[in-house]
Amino acid sequence: MNWKTFYALLSRDGHVARRNLIPMLLQNLLQPLLFTFVFGRVLTTSGMMPQSYKNMLLPGIMAISMVMSGVWAVAMPLISEFQFTREIEDRLLAPIEIGWLAGQKVVAGMIQASVAGLVVLPSAWLVMGSGVNLDLGHSVELVLIALLVALFSAAGGLALGCSIGQTQVGLMFSLVLAPMMMFGCAYYPWQALSPFPVLKYAVLVNPLVYASEGLRGALVPSAPHIDTLIVIGVLAVVDFTLLVLGLKKFRSKAVS
Amino acid sequence: MGVGIRTEKLRKVYETPPPGAARGGGFGFASGPKEKGGKKKFEIVALEGVSFEIRPGEIFGLLGPNGAGKSTTIGILTTRTRPTDGRAFIGDLDIWQEEVKARQLIGVVPQRPNLDFMLTAREILVFHGAYFGQSTKERERRADELLERFKLTDRANQMPRTLSGGMMQRLSIARAMMHDPEVLFLDEPSAGLDPQTRLLLWEIIRDYNKAGKTIVLTTHYMDEADALCDRLVIIDHGKIIAQGTPKELKASIPGGYLLRLRFNQAPEPLLAALRGLPSVTEVRAPEDGAVDVYAGSGGPLIGPIVTAAQAAGIELQDVHIAEPSLETLFLHHTGRSLRD
Repeated sequence: MNWKTFYALLSRDGHVARRNLIPMLLQNLLQPLLFTFVFGRVLTTSGMMPQSYKNMLLPGIMAISMVMSGVWAVAMPLISEFQFTREIEDRLLAPIEIGWLAGQKVVAGMIQASVAGLVVLPSAWLVMGSGVNLDLGHSVELVLIALLVALFSAAGGLALGCSIGQTQVGLMFSLVLAPMMMFGCAYYPWQALSPFPVLKYAVLVNPLVYASEGLRGALVPSAPHIDTLIVIGVLAVVDFTLLVLGLKKFRSKAVS
Repeated sequence: MGVGIRTEKLRKVYETPPPGAARGGGFGFASGPKEKGGKKKFEIVALEGVSFEIRPGEIFGLLGPNGAGKSTTIGILTTRTRPTDGRAFIGDLDIWQEEVKARQLIGVVPQRPNLDFMLTAREILVFHGAYFGQSTKERERRADELLERFKLTDRANQMPRTLSGGMMQRLSIARAMMHDPEVLFLDEPSAGLDPQTRLLLWEIIRDYNKAGKTIVLTTHYMDEADALCDRLVIIDHGKIIAQGTPKELKASIPGGYLLRLRFNQAPEPLLAALRGLPSVTEVRAPEDGAVDVYAGSGGPLIGPIVTAAQAAGIELQDVHIAEPSLETLFLHHTGRSLRD
Protein backbone atom coordinates (compact mmCIF):
# COMPACT_ATOMS: atom_id res chain seq x y z
CA MET A 1 0.00 0.00 0.00
CA ASN A 2 1.39 3.33 -1.12
CA TRP A 3 0.37 5.90 1.52
CA LYS A 4 2.10 8.82 -0.16
CA THR A 5 -0.01 8.35 -3.27
CA PHE A 6 -3.15 7.79 -1.18
CA TYR A 7 -2.54 11.02 0.69
CA ALA A 8 -1.82 12.91 -2.55
CA LEU A 9 -5.09 11.66 -4.07
CA LEU A 10 -6.94 12.68 -0.93
CA SER A 11 -5.38 16.15 -0.93
CA ARG A 12 -6.38 16.56 -4.57
CA ASP A 13 -10.02 15.90 -3.61
CA GLY A 14 -9.63 18.19 -0.62
CA HIS A 15 -8.21 20.92 -2.83
CA VAL A 16 -11.11 20.64 -5.27
CA ALA A 17 -13.66 20.57 -2.43
CA ARG A 18 -12.17 23.70 -0.85
CA ARG A 19 -12.28 25.48 -4.19
CA ASN A 20 -15.98 24.64 -4.50
CA LEU A 21 -16.80 25.09 -0.82
CA ILE A 22 -19.56 27.70 -1.06
CA PRO A 23 -21.54 26.11 -3.93
CA MET A 24 -21.07 22.72 -2.31
CA LEU A 25 -22.42 23.87 1.06
CA LEU A 26 -25.34 25.61 -0.64
CA GLN A 27 -26.13 22.51 -2.66
CA ASN A 28 -26.03 20.16 0.29
CA LEU A 29 -27.29 22.24 3.16
CA LEU A 30 -29.65 24.92 1.87
CA GLN A 31 -32.52 22.56 1.18
CA PRO A 32 -32.43 20.78 4.56
CA LEU A 33 -32.08 24.09 6.37
CA LEU A 34 -35.06 25.59 4.51
CA PHE A 35 -37.00 22.50 5.44
CA THR A 36 -35.85 22.95 9.02
CA PHE A 37 -37.00 26.55 8.99
CA VAL A 38 -40.48 25.80 7.64
CA PHE A 39 -41.21 22.69 9.71
CA GLY A 40 -39.03 23.32 12.75
CA ARG A 41 -39.66 27.04 13.13
CA VAL A 42 -42.67 28.33 11.23
CA LEU A 43 -45.05 25.43 11.83
CA THR A 44 -44.00 24.89 15.45
CA THR A 45 -44.07 28.55 16.39
CA SER A 46 -47.47 29.05 14.76
CA GLY A 47 -48.76 26.11 16.77
CA MET A 48 -49.55 23.82 13.83
CA MET A 49 -46.88 21.38 15.05
CA PRO A 50 -46.00 20.61 18.69
CA GLN A 51 -42.74 22.06 20.02
CA SER A 52 -41.45 18.53 20.60
CA TYR A 53 -41.38 18.01 16.84
CA LYS A 54 -38.16 20.02 16.77
CA ASN A 55 -36.28 17.29 18.64
CA MET A 56 -37.74 14.67 16.34
CA LEU A 57 -36.78 16.53 13.20
CA LEU A 58 -33.21 17.60 13.95
CA PRO A 59 -31.53 14.17 13.91
CA GLY A 60 -33.40 13.35 10.69
CA ILE A 61 -32.19 16.54 9.03
CA MET A 62 -28.68 15.66 10.09
CA ALA A 63 -29.02 12.16 8.60
CA ILE A 64 -30.38 13.48 5.30
CA SER A 65 -27.68 16.13 5.00
CA MET A 66 -24.91 13.64 5.71
CA VAL A 67 -26.25 11.02 3.30
CA MET A 68 -26.89 13.51 0.51
CA SER A 69 -23.49 15.16 0.78
CA GLY A 70 -21.65 11.85 0.88
CA VAL A 71 -23.54 10.35 -2.07
CA TRP A 72 -23.20 13.55 -4.05
CA ALA A 73 -19.51 14.03 -3.22
CA VAL A 74 -18.58 10.56 -4.44
CA ALA A 75 -21.11 9.80 -7.16
CA MET A 76 -21.16 13.02 -9.15
CA PRO A 77 -17.41 13.34 -9.81
CA LEU A 78 -17.23 9.62 -10.64
CA ILE A 79 -20.09 9.88 -13.09
CA SER A 80 -18.49 12.76 -14.94
CA GLU A 81 -14.92 11.51 -14.73
CA PHE A 82 -15.78 8.10 -16.14
CA GLN A 83 -17.56 9.76 -19.07
CA PHE A 84 -16.18 10.32 -22.51
CA THR A 85 -13.32 12.55 -21.33
CA ARG A 86 -12.06 9.93 -18.85
CA GLU A 87 -10.66 12.60 -16.55
CA ILE A 88 -10.04 9.97 -13.92
CA GLU A 89 -7.45 8.31 -16.13
CA ASP A 90 -4.46 10.18 -14.68
CA ARG A 91 -5.36 8.88 -11.24
CA LEU A 92 -5.92 5.37 -12.56
CA LEU A 93 -2.33 5.55 -13.76
CA ALA A 94 -1.03 6.60 -10.34
CA PRO A 95 1.15 3.99 -8.67
CA ILE A 96 -1.50 2.60 -6.35
CA GLU A 97 -3.86 -0.39 -6.45
CA ILE A 98 -7.07 0.46 -8.30
CA GLY A 99 -9.07 -0.63 -5.25
CA TRP A 100 -7.31 1.92 -3.08
CA LEU A 101 -8.26 4.70 -5.46
CA ALA A 102 -11.88 3.74 -4.84
CA GLY A 103 -11.06 3.54 -1.13
CA GLN A 104 -9.68 7.04 -1.27
CA LYS A 105 -12.88 8.30 -2.90
CA VAL A 106 -14.86 6.69 -0.07
CA VAL A 107 -12.67 8.32 2.59
CA ALA A 108 -13.05 11.70 0.86
CA GLY A 109 -16.84 11.18 0.76
CA MET A 110 -16.90 10.25 4.46
CA ILE A 111 -15.02 13.42 5.32
CA GLN A 112 -17.48 15.53 3.34
CA ALA A 113 -20.45 13.78 4.92
CA SER A 114 -18.99 14.32 8.39
CA VAL A 115 -18.36 17.99 7.67
CA ALA A 116 -21.97 18.31 6.49
CA GLY A 117 -23.16 16.67 9.72
CA LEU A 118 -20.97 18.94 11.82
CA VAL A 119 -22.22 22.05 10.03
CA VAL A 120 -25.89 21.16 9.86
CA LEU A 121 -26.28 20.15 13.50
CA PRO A 122 -25.57 23.60 15.03
CA SER A 123 -27.10 25.47 12.05
CA ALA A 124 -30.38 23.59 12.27
CA TRP A 125 -30.32 24.09 16.00
CA LEU A 126 -29.97 27.85 15.45
CA VAL A 127 -32.65 27.95 12.75
CA MET A 128 -35.17 26.22 14.99
CA GLY A 129 -34.71 28.75 17.77
CA SER A 130 -35.58 27.84 21.34
CA GLY A 131 -37.09 24.60 22.47
CA VAL A 132 -34.56 22.11 21.15
CA ASN A 133 -33.45 19.69 23.80
CA LEU A 134 -30.65 17.51 22.51
CA ASP A 135 -28.86 15.12 24.82
CA LEU A 136 -25.16 15.18 23.98
CA GLY A 137 -24.29 12.66 26.67
CA HIS A 138 -24.03 9.73 24.30
CA SER A 139 -21.02 10.97 22.37
CA VAL A 140 -19.42 7.57 21.69
CA GLU A 141 -22.71 6.28 20.31
CA LEU A 142 -23.16 9.48 18.29
CA VAL A 143 -19.68 9.35 16.77
CA LEU A 144 -19.96 5.65 15.93
CA ILE A 145 -23.34 6.02 14.27
CA ALA A 146 -22.26 9.20 12.46
CA LEU A 147 -19.23 7.35 11.08
CA LEU A 148 -21.39 4.44 9.92
CA VAL A 149 -23.79 6.90 8.27
CA ALA A 150 -20.87 8.68 6.59
CA LEU A 151 -19.53 5.37 5.30
CA PHE A 152 -23.00 4.40 4.10
CA SER A 153 -23.28 7.61 2.11
CA ALA A 154 -19.80 7.39 0.58
CA ALA A 155 -19.97 3.68 -0.26
CA GLY A 156 -23.49 4.22 -1.64
CA GLY A 157 -22.12 7.07 -3.73
CA LEU A 158 -19.40 4.79 -5.06
CA ALA A 159 -21.87 2.06 -6.02
CA LEU A 160 -24.31 4.55 -7.59
CA GLY A 161 -21.60 6.57 -9.31
CA CYS A 162 -20.18 3.49 -10.99
CA SER A 163 -23.59 2.13 -11.99
CA ILE A 164 -25.19 4.99 -13.83
CA GLY A 165 -24.31 7.34 -16.66
CA GLN A 166 -24.56 11.08 -16.92
CA THR A 167 -27.92 10.94 -18.65
CA GLN A 168 -29.46 9.07 -15.73
CA VAL A 169 -28.53 11.52 -12.98
CA GLY A 170 -32.01 13.06 -12.91
CA LEU A 171 -33.52 9.61 -12.78
CA MET A 172 -31.20 8.65 -9.92
CA PHE A 173 -32.55 11.57 -7.95
CA SER A 174 -36.22 10.95 -8.58
CA LEU A 175 -36.13 7.15 -8.45
CA VAL A 176 -33.58 6.50 -5.71
CA LEU A 177 -32.82 9.54 -3.61
CA ALA A 178 -36.22 11.24 -3.39
CA PRO A 179 -38.16 8.15 -2.18
CA MET A 180 -35.28 7.35 0.12
CA MET A 181 -35.61 10.77 1.74
CA MET A 182 -39.40 10.64 2.02
CA PHE A 183 -39.47 7.13 3.45
CA GLY A 184 -36.28 7.45 5.45
CA CYS A 185 -37.94 8.30 8.79
CA ALA A 186 -36.03 11.58 8.72
CA TYR A 187 -39.11 13.81 9.09
CA TYR A 188 -40.93 11.47 11.48
CA PRO A 189 -39.92 8.63 13.78
CA TRP A 190 -40.33 5.06 12.57
CA GLN A 191 -43.01 4.48 15.21
CA ALA A 192 -45.18 7.12 13.54
CA LEU A 193 -45.72 4.63 10.73
CA SER A 194 -47.61 2.23 13.03
CA PRO A 195 -51.01 3.07 11.47
CA PHE A 196 -49.55 1.89 8.13
CA PRO A 197 -48.30 -1.60 8.98
CA VAL A 198 -47.27 -2.57 5.43
CA LEU A 199 -45.37 0.67 4.90
CA LYS A 200 -43.85 0.42 8.37
CA TYR A 201 -42.09 -2.83 7.48
CA ALA A 202 -41.49 -1.97 3.83
CA VAL A 203 -39.40 1.08 4.72
CA LEU A 204 -37.01 -1.14 6.66
CA VAL A 205 -35.19 -1.87 3.38
CA ASN A 206 -34.25 1.81 3.27
CA PRO A 207 -30.88 2.34 4.99
CA LEU A 208 -31.71 5.99 5.68
CA VAL A 209 -34.28 4.73 8.22
CA TYR A 210 -31.45 3.34 10.34
CA ALA A 211 -29.37 6.48 9.87
CA SER A 212 -32.22 8.72 11.04
CA GLU A 213 -33.30 6.44 13.85
CA GLY A 214 -29.73 5.87 14.98
CA LEU A 215 -28.95 9.59 15.20
CA ARG A 216 -32.31 10.12 16.91
CA GLY A 217 -31.41 7.49 19.47
CA ALA A 218 -28.03 9.11 20.06
CA LEU A 219 -29.22 12.74 20.21
CA VAL A 220 -32.73 12.37 21.70
CA PRO A 221 -32.64 9.07 23.59
CA SER A 222 -36.00 9.79 25.22
CA ALA A 223 -37.79 9.85 21.85
CA PRO A 224 -39.09 6.60 20.38
CA HIS A 225 -36.45 5.05 18.10
CA ILE A 226 -35.22 1.72 16.78
CA ASP A 227 -32.85 -0.01 19.18
CA THR A 228 -29.32 1.36 18.77
CA LEU A 229 -27.69 -2.07 18.59
CA ILE A 230 -29.96 -3.07 15.72
CA VAL A 231 -29.16 0.22 13.99
CA ILE A 232 -25.41 -0.33 14.32
CA GLY A 233 -25.67 -3.93 13.12
CA VAL A 234 -27.79 -3.11 10.07
CA LEU A 235 -25.68 -0.09 9.11
CA ALA A 236 -22.50 -2.17 9.38
CA VAL A 237 -23.94 -4.83 7.07
CA VAL A 238 -25.26 -2.23 4.60
CA ASP A 239 -21.92 -0.39 4.60
CA PHE A 240 -19.98 -3.58 3.98
CA THR A 241 -22.29 -4.70 1.18
CA LEU A 242 -22.25 -1.34 -0.58
CA LEU A 243 -18.49 -1.12 -0.26
CA VAL A 244 -17.94 -4.55 -1.81
CA LEU A 245 -20.45 -3.82 -4.56
CA GLY A 246 -18.97 -0.38 -5.20
CA LEU A 247 -15.43 -1.72 -5.39
CA LYS A 248 -16.49 -4.41 -7.83
CA LYS A 249 -18.27 -1.90 -10.05
CA PHE A 250 -15.37 0.51 -9.83
CA ARG A 251 -12.88 -2.12 -10.94
CA SER A 252 -14.97 -3.18 -13.90
CA LYS A 253 -15.38 0.45 -14.94
CA ALA A 254 -11.73 1.28 -14.43
CA VAL A 255 -10.10 -1.59 -16.27
CA SER A 256 -11.51 -2.65 -19.62
CA MET B 1 19.98 2.55 -20.04
CA GLY B 2 16.29 2.49 -20.76
CA VAL B 3 13.71 -0.19 -20.25
CA GLY B 4 12.43 -2.55 -22.91
CA ILE B 5 9.03 -4.06 -23.47
CA ARG B 6 8.04 -7.51 -24.60
CA THR B 7 4.67 -9.00 -25.39
CA GLU B 8 3.79 -12.65 -25.80
CA LYS B 9 0.76 -13.62 -27.84
CA LEU B 10 -1.48 -10.83 -26.58
CA ARG B 11 -5.12 -11.45 -27.22
CA LYS B 12 -8.03 -9.25 -26.29
CA VAL B 13 -11.71 -9.91 -26.70
CA TYR B 14 -14.09 -7.19 -25.54
CA GLU B 15 -17.33 -8.53 -24.19
CA THR B 16 -18.75 -5.15 -23.37
CA PRO B 17 -18.17 -2.07 -25.49
CA PRO B 18 -14.77 -0.69 -24.50
CA PRO B 19 -15.18 2.53 -22.50
CA GLY B 20 -12.72 4.24 -24.68
CA ALA B 21 -14.34 5.41 -27.63
CA ALA B 22 -12.31 7.89 -25.58
CA ARG B 23 -9.25 5.79 -26.05
CA GLY B 24 -9.68 3.50 -28.95
CA GLY B 25 -11.34 5.27 -31.80
CA GLY B 26 -13.88 3.36 -33.83
CA PHE B 27 -13.68 -0.36 -34.27
CA GLY B 28 -13.94 -0.52 -37.98
CA PHE B 29 -14.00 -4.29 -38.03
CA ALA B 30 -16.55 -4.73 -35.28
CA SER B 31 -18.27 -8.02 -35.80
CA GLY B 32 -21.36 -6.58 -34.18
CA PRO B 33 -23.85 -8.46 -32.06
CA LYS B 34 -23.61 -12.20 -32.61
CA GLU B 35 -26.38 -14.72 -32.33
CA LYS B 36 -25.32 -17.15 -29.65
CA GLY B 37 -27.70 -19.50 -27.91
CA GLY B 38 -30.55 -17.30 -29.00
CA LYS B 39 -29.11 -14.31 -27.14
CA LYS B 40 -27.30 -11.47 -28.76
CA LYS B 41 -23.79 -11.37 -27.43
CA PHE B 42 -21.41 -8.49 -27.83
CA GLU B 43 -17.98 -9.60 -28.87
CA ILE B 44 -15.10 -7.79 -30.49
CA VAL B 45 -11.78 -9.46 -31.07
CA ALA B 46 -9.42 -6.52 -30.85
CA LEU B 47 -6.10 -8.37 -30.69
CA GLU B 48 -5.24 -11.83 -31.92
CA GLY B 49 -1.83 -13.16 -30.84
CA VAL B 50 0.29 -10.02 -30.91
CA SER B 51 3.97 -10.57 -30.00
CA PHE B 52 6.73 -8.01 -30.38
CA GLU B 53 9.76 -6.69 -28.58
CA ILE B 54 10.68 -3.07 -27.98
CA ARG B 55 14.36 -2.50 -27.24
CA PRO B 56 15.46 -0.19 -24.44
CA GLY B 57 15.88 3.38 -25.63
CA GLU B 58 14.25 3.11 -29.01
CA ILE B 59 11.34 4.93 -30.57
CA PHE B 60 8.87 2.24 -31.47
CA GLY B 61 5.81 2.76 -33.60
CA LEU B 62 2.50 0.94 -33.82
CA LEU B 63 1.06 1.75 -37.19
CA GLY B 64 -2.35 0.86 -38.47
CA PRO B 65 -5.76 2.19 -39.44
CA ASN B 66 -8.51 3.05 -36.96
CA GLY B 67 -9.68 -0.02 -35.11
CA ALA B 68 -6.57 -2.03 -35.88
CA GLY B 69 -5.86 -2.70 -32.20
CA LYS B 70 -3.22 -0.05 -31.55
CA SER B 71 -4.95 1.59 -28.61
CA THR B 72 -5.86 -1.79 -27.13
CA THR B 73 -2.17 -2.73 -27.25
CA ILE B 74 -1.24 0.54 -25.54
CA GLY B 75 -4.04 -0.06 -23.02
CA ILE B 76 -2.60 -3.45 -22.11
CA LEU B 77 0.95 -2.12 -21.80
CA THR B 78 -0.22 0.76 -19.59
CA THR B 79 -2.28 -1.39 -17.18
CA ARG B 80 -5.56 0.02 -18.45
CA THR B 81 -6.88 -2.90 -20.50
CA ARG B 82 -6.66 -6.43 -19.16
CA PRO B 83 -5.55 -8.90 -21.83
CA THR B 84 -7.82 -11.90 -22.38
CA ASP B 85 -4.74 -13.99 -23.00
CA GLY B 86 -0.99 -13.63 -23.33
CA ARG B 87 1.56 -11.73 -21.29
CA ALA B 88 3.31 -8.39 -21.43
CA PHE B 89 6.56 -7.37 -19.74
CA ILE B 90 8.09 -4.02 -19.06
CA GLY B 91 11.73 -4.58 -18.20
CA ASP B 92 11.51 -7.74 -16.10
CA LEU B 93 8.10 -6.90 -14.66
CA ASP B 94 5.09 -8.88 -15.71
CA ILE B 95 2.76 -5.90 -16.21
CA TRP B 96 -0.39 -7.72 -15.16
CA GLN B 97 1.23 -9.27 -12.08
CA GLU B 98 2.84 -6.07 -10.81
CA GLU B 99 0.68 -3.26 -12.07
CA VAL B 100 1.69 -0.73 -9.44
CA LYS B 101 5.41 -1.17 -10.10
CA ALA B 102 4.79 -1.06 -13.83
CA ARG B 103 2.93 2.25 -13.48
CA GLN B 104 6.00 3.80 -11.81
CA LEU B 105 7.94 3.21 -15.03
CA ILE B 106 5.49 4.59 -17.56
CA GLY B 107 4.07 7.90 -18.66
CA VAL B 108 1.00 7.95 -20.88
CA VAL B 109 -0.26 10.55 -23.32
CA PRO B 110 -3.80 9.56 -24.28
CA GLN B 111 -5.40 9.92 -27.66
CA ARG B 112 -7.74 12.61 -26.38
CA PRO B 113 -6.57 14.88 -23.58
CA ASN B 114 -8.06 13.62 -20.31
CA LEU B 115 -6.86 16.47 -18.13
CA ASP B 116 -8.25 16.92 -14.65
CA PHE B 117 -10.81 19.64 -15.31
CA MET B 118 -11.08 20.62 -11.67
CA LEU B 119 -7.44 21.78 -11.44
CA THR B 120 -5.39 24.53 -13.08
CA ALA B 121 -2.66 23.65 -15.57
CA ARG B 122 0.06 23.99 -12.97
CA GLU B 123 -1.89 22.05 -10.34
CA ILE B 124 -2.39 19.22 -12.83
CA LEU B 125 1.37 18.81 -13.02
CA VAL B 126 2.02 19.36 -9.32
CA PHE B 127 -0.60 16.84 -8.21
CA HIS B 128 0.62 14.35 -10.78
CA GLY B 129 4.08 14.65 -9.22
CA ALA B 130 2.53 14.14 -5.79
CA TYR B 131 0.78 10.93 -6.92
CA PHE B 132 4.23 9.65 -7.84
CA GLY B 133 5.66 10.56 -4.45
CA GLN B 134 7.72 13.59 -5.42
CA SER B 135 8.56 16.07 -2.66
CA THR B 136 6.83 19.46 -2.70
CA LYS B 137 10.00 21.23 -3.77
CA GLU B 138 10.84 18.76 -6.50
CA ARG B 139 7.37 18.73 -8.03
CA GLU B 140 7.07 22.51 -8.05
CA ARG B 141 10.47 22.88 -9.69
CA ARG B 142 9.67 20.26 -12.31
CA ALA B 143 6.20 21.66 -13.00
CA ASP B 144 7.63 25.14 -13.65
CA GLU B 145 10.37 23.68 -15.81
CA LEU B 146 7.92 21.72 -17.96
CA LEU B 147 5.48 24.62 -18.26
CA GLU B 148 8.34 26.74 -19.50
CA ARG B 149 9.55 24.13 -21.95
CA PHE B 150 6.09 23.52 -23.35
CA LYS B 151 5.39 27.24 -23.63
CA LEU B 152 2.54 27.13 -21.14
CA THR B 153 3.93 29.36 -18.39
CA ASP B 154 1.51 32.22 -19.10
CA ARG B 155 -1.39 29.77 -18.89
CA ALA B 156 -0.17 28.07 -15.71
CA ASN B 157 -3.03 29.27 -13.52
CA GLN B 158 -5.84 28.71 -15.97
CA MET B 159 -8.29 25.84 -15.99
CA PRO B 160 -7.81 23.37 -18.84
CA ARG B 161 -11.15 24.15 -20.46
CA THR B 162 -9.79 27.56 -21.42
CA LEU B 163 -6.85 26.03 -23.30
CA SER B 164 -6.76 25.31 -27.02
CA GLY B 165 -6.54 21.74 -28.32
CA GLY B 166 -2.81 22.04 -28.99
CA MET B 167 -2.16 23.44 -25.50
CA MET B 168 -4.14 20.62 -23.89
CA GLN B 169 -2.08 18.13 -25.86
CA ARG B 170 1.14 19.79 -24.72
CA LEU B 171 -0.06 19.81 -21.14
CA SER B 172 -0.91 16.08 -21.42
CA ILE B 173 2.63 15.38 -22.58
CA ALA B 174 4.11 17.53 -19.83
CA ARG B 175 2.02 15.63 -17.30
CA ALA B 176 3.21 12.29 -18.66
CA MET B 177 6.83 13.45 -18.32
CA MET B 178 6.34 14.89 -14.85
CA HIS B 179 7.60 11.81 -13.00
CA ASP B 180 10.38 11.21 -15.52
CA PRO B 181 9.13 7.78 -16.67
CA GLU B 182 11.43 5.30 -18.37
CA VAL B 183 8.88 4.56 -21.06
CA LEU B 184 6.66 7.18 -22.62
CA PHE B 185 3.52 6.04 -24.43
CA LEU B 186 1.86 8.37 -26.90
CA ASP B 187 -1.42 7.31 -28.45
CA GLU B 188 -1.90 9.16 -31.73
CA PRO B 189 0.03 12.16 -30.47
CA SER B 190 -0.34 14.34 -33.53
CA ALA B 191 -4.00 13.71 -34.32
CA GLY B 192 -5.65 17.08 -34.77
CA LEU B 193 -2.48 19.14 -34.36
CA ASP B 194 -1.45 21.87 -36.77
CA PRO B 195 1.80 21.25 -38.70
CA GLN B 196 3.81 23.62 -36.52
CA THR B 197 2.72 22.04 -33.23
CA ARG B 198 3.36 18.68 -34.79
CA LEU B 199 6.98 19.56 -35.47
CA LEU B 200 7.35 20.85 -31.92
CA LEU B 201 5.92 17.54 -30.73
CA TRP B 202 8.40 15.54 -32.79
CA GLU B 203 11.23 17.59 -31.35
CA ILE B 204 10.00 16.96 -27.82
CA ILE B 205 9.75 13.23 -28.50
CA ARG B 206 13.25 13.06 -29.97
CA ASP B 207 14.70 15.06 -27.06
CA TYR B 208 13.12 12.78 -24.51
CA ASN B 209 14.42 9.78 -26.41
CA LYS B 210 17.94 11.24 -26.40
CA ALA B 211 17.84 11.10 -22.61
CA GLY B 212 17.81 7.32 -22.98
CA LYS B 213 14.05 6.84 -22.61
CA THR B 214 11.99 4.37 -24.56
CA ILE B 215 9.15 5.84 -26.61
CA VAL B 216 6.13 3.91 -27.83
CA LEU B 217 3.75 5.70 -30.13
CA THR B 218 0.80 4.81 -32.27
CA THR B 219 -0.03 6.63 -35.43
CA HIS B 220 -1.86 6.28 -38.65
CA TYR B 221 0.35 8.83 -40.33
CA MET B 222 2.96 7.14 -42.45
CA ASP B 223 5.25 10.16 -42.54
CA GLU B 224 5.23 10.36 -38.77
CA ALA B 225 6.22 6.72 -38.39
CA ASP B 226 8.84 7.20 -41.09
CA ALA B 227 10.30 10.32 -39.54
CA LEU B 228 10.34 9.27 -35.89
CA CYS B 229 10.47 5.54 -35.40
CA ASP B 230 13.55 3.36 -35.12
CA ARG B 231 11.38 0.31 -35.59
CA LEU B 232 7.72 -0.34 -36.03
CA VAL B 233 5.02 -2.92 -36.36
CA ILE B 234 2.10 -2.62 -38.70
CA ILE B 235 -1.13 -3.85 -37.16
CA ASP B 236 -4.35 -4.56 -38.96
CA HIS B 237 -7.42 -6.39 -37.67
CA GLY B 238 -5.64 -7.16 -34.41
CA LYS B 239 -2.70 -8.92 -36.01
CA ILE B 240 0.82 -7.88 -36.83
CA ILE B 241 1.23 -7.89 -40.56
CA ALA B 242 4.81 -6.62 -40.77
CA GLN B 243 7.58 -5.41 -38.49
CA GLY B 244 11.07 -3.97 -38.79
CA THR B 245 12.84 -0.64 -39.33
CA PRO B 246 11.09 1.77 -41.70
CA LYS B 247 13.91 1.11 -44.16
CA GLU B 248 13.58 -2.67 -43.96
CA LEU B 249 9.86 -2.47 -44.32
CA LYS B 250 10.04 -0.24 -47.36
CA ALA B 251 12.64 -2.54 -48.91
CA SER B 252 10.23 -5.45 -48.49
CA ILE B 253 7.76 -3.94 -50.95
CA PRO B 254 8.22 -5.71 -54.27
CA GLY B 255 9.80 -3.22 -56.63
CA GLY B 256 9.40 -0.34 -54.25
CA TYR B 257 7.27 1.88 -56.50
CA LEU B 258 3.54 1.45 -56.75
CA LEU B 259 1.66 2.64 -59.81
CA ARG B 260 -2.07 2.76 -59.29
CA LEU B 261 -3.70 2.74 -62.69
CA ARG B 262 -7.28 2.98 -63.79
CA PHE B 263 -8.46 1.74 -67.20
CA ASN B 264 -11.93 1.65 -68.69
CA GLN B 265 -11.46 -2.13 -68.54
CA ALA B 266 -8.64 -4.43 -67.47
CA PRO B 267 -8.81 -7.78 -69.28
CA GLU B 268 -6.24 -10.53 -68.61
CA PRO B 269 -4.20 -9.92 -71.81
CA LEU B 270 -3.54 -6.33 -70.67
CA LEU B 271 -2.40 -7.53 -67.24
CA ALA B 272 -0.10 -10.03 -68.92
CA ALA B 273 1.34 -7.26 -71.09
CA LEU B 274 1.94 -5.12 -67.97
CA ARG B 275 3.69 -8.02 -66.23
CA GLY B 276 6.04 -8.23 -69.19
CA LEU B 277 7.23 -4.62 -68.82
CA PRO B 278 10.79 -4.02 -67.54
CA SER B 279 11.31 -3.87 -63.73
CA VAL B 280 7.68 -4.85 -62.99
CA THR B 281 7.56 -7.34 -60.11
CA GLU B 282 3.88 -7.73 -59.44
CA VAL B 283 0.57 -6.78 -61.02
CA ARG B 284 -2.72 -6.92 -59.20
CA ALA B 285 -6.25 -6.05 -60.21
CA PRO B 286 -8.07 -5.23 -56.94
CA GLU B 287 -11.28 -4.20 -58.67
CA ASP B 288 -12.79 -3.80 -62.09
CA GLY B 289 -10.63 -1.48 -64.17
CA ALA B 290 -8.17 -0.71 -61.37
CA VAL B 291 -4.67 -2.15 -61.59
CA ASP B 292 -1.81 -1.92 -59.08
CA VAL B 293 1.64 -2.32 -60.56
CA TYR B 294 4.64 -2.83 -58.25
CA ALA B 295 7.86 -1.98 -60.03
CA GLY B 296 11.46 -0.88 -59.55
CA SER B 297 10.79 2.46 -61.19
CA GLY B 298 7.92 4.92 -61.48
CA GLY B 299 7.82 7.61 -64.18
CA PRO B 300 9.82 5.79 -66.88
CA LEU B 301 7.16 3.06 -66.97
CA ILE B 302 4.32 5.39 -67.96
CA GLY B 303 5.30 5.43 -71.64
CA PRO B 304 5.35 1.63 -72.02
CA ILE B 305 2.08 1.34 -70.07
CA VAL B 306 0.32 3.80 -72.37
CA THR B 307 1.69 1.94 -75.40
CA ALA B 308 0.49 -1.41 -74.03
CA ALA B 309 -2.96 0.01 -73.36
CA GLN B 310 -3.26 1.57 -76.82
CA ALA B 311 -2.16 -1.69 -78.40
CA ALA B 312 -5.00 -3.46 -76.63
CA GLY B 313 -7.44 -0.68 -77.55
CA ILE B 314 -7.98 0.22 -73.89
CA GLU B 315 -8.18 3.74 -72.47
CA LEU B 316 -5.94 4.72 -69.54
CA GLN B 317 -7.99 7.05 -67.33
CA ASP B 318 -5.90 7.73 -64.23
CA VAL B 319 -2.35 7.24 -62.99
CA HIS B 320 -0.97 7.66 -59.51
CA ILE B 321 2.68 6.98 -58.76
CA ALA B 322 3.54 6.23 -55.14
CA GLU B 323 7.19 6.29 -54.18
CA PRO B 324 8.47 3.63 -51.80
CA SER B 325 6.73 4.46 -48.53
CA LEU B 326 5.03 2.79 -45.66
CA GLU B 327 1.74 3.69 -47.27
CA THR B 328 2.54 1.48 -50.26
CA LEU B 329 3.71 -1.18 -47.85
CA PHE B 330 0.41 -1.07 -46.04
CA LEU B 331 -1.46 -1.28 -49.31
CA HIS B 332 0.66 -4.22 -50.35
CA HIS B 333 -0.12 -6.17 -47.19
CA THR B 334 -3.77 -5.34 -46.72
CA GLY B 335 -5.00 -4.42 -50.15
CA ARG B 336 -6.44 -1.19 -48.79
CA SER B 337 -5.25 2.26 -48.03
CA LEU B 338 -4.44 3.23 -44.44
CA ARG B 339 -7.16 5.83 -44.34
CA ASP B 340 -9.93 3.70 -45.76
